[in-house]
Amino acid sequence: MSVELFRVDDRLIHGQVVVGWGQPLGIAFIVLVDDEVRGSDWEQELYRMGVSPEVEVVFASVAEALGALPGWQASERRGIVLTGDIAGMLQLARGTNGAVKKVNIGGIHYREGRREHLRYVYLSDEEVQSLRSLADAGVEVSAQDVPTGTRVGLEELLR
Amino acid sequence: MSERLTGIILAHSQVAEAFVAAVGAIAGAEHGLVPVSNEGCDRAAITSRLDAAIAGRPAVVFSDMPGGSCAFSAAAYTHDHPAVAAVTGVNLAMLLDFVFHRDLGAAAAAERAVATGRASVRVVGPAK
Repeated sequence: MSVELFRVDDRLIHGQVVVGWGQPLGIAFIVLVDDEVRGSDWEQELYRMGVSPEVEVVFASVAEALGALPGWQASERRGIVLTGDIAGMLQLARGTNGAVKKVNIGGIHYREGRREHLRYVYLSDEEVQSLRSLADAGVEVSAQDVPTGTRVGLEELLR
Repeated sequence: MSERLTGIILAHSQVAEAFVAAVGAIAGAEHGLVPVSNEGCDRAAITSRLDAAIAGRPAVVFSDMPGGSCAFSAAAYTHDHPAVAAVTGVNLAMLLDFVFHRDLGAAAAAERAVATGRASVRVVGPAK
């Protein structure tokens, strides 16, 4: 499989993704699945500027990602598929019929209505339900901000 | 006379506070720098902190590294705020120069900061 990591991170492309995971995994492409950024040329330009030229950055809407995921997984290069929220990853998992086997919760920060589960993971009741839905669909869900951090399984995360 | 620039240091963890402390120790208290951390923030929260720190003033935002959430947030902020410029790869040399050139426009100050910062990165040892 050439998609090495499916990650949910509300900071989207940033240091932990590009350096923290990207370097040890030998990443050659990053797919940002985000409808808003997909529709904004200047935001795409910003994200491209922040990533080394040897790493390709692909922008996709959720609908586009559903069709393109088999191609990314068949690629000889290694990549990361990133969504900014759990709902987007759930759509991707449900729409690709088992193609998403593991999901890394990398960063969901505080907002009103969310409760702290880890220092870098705050969840609303709806998001908790979405994570359970991912697990019910056969996806292994865990939280881990960086590769050297502790991996926290779903049940421990939701305690 | 136009308002002097404010310098916002937007960085991970406690880096910004450390830079402000170092500038204060070297150049004195009238530095015009404000530290902002991205700790615990998603993109929207970083932007809110940035907006509160800038408070409508002309400013240069110094972020710590290209590709980081701070740099993205700063660059995105300039899209809708023409009196604000953004620089990434902050270092102490560029900040010390900035505090003495706050009468420039934001874009000119940003260009100057980049030039000063680049010029300060050099191999200084071993002696040849």
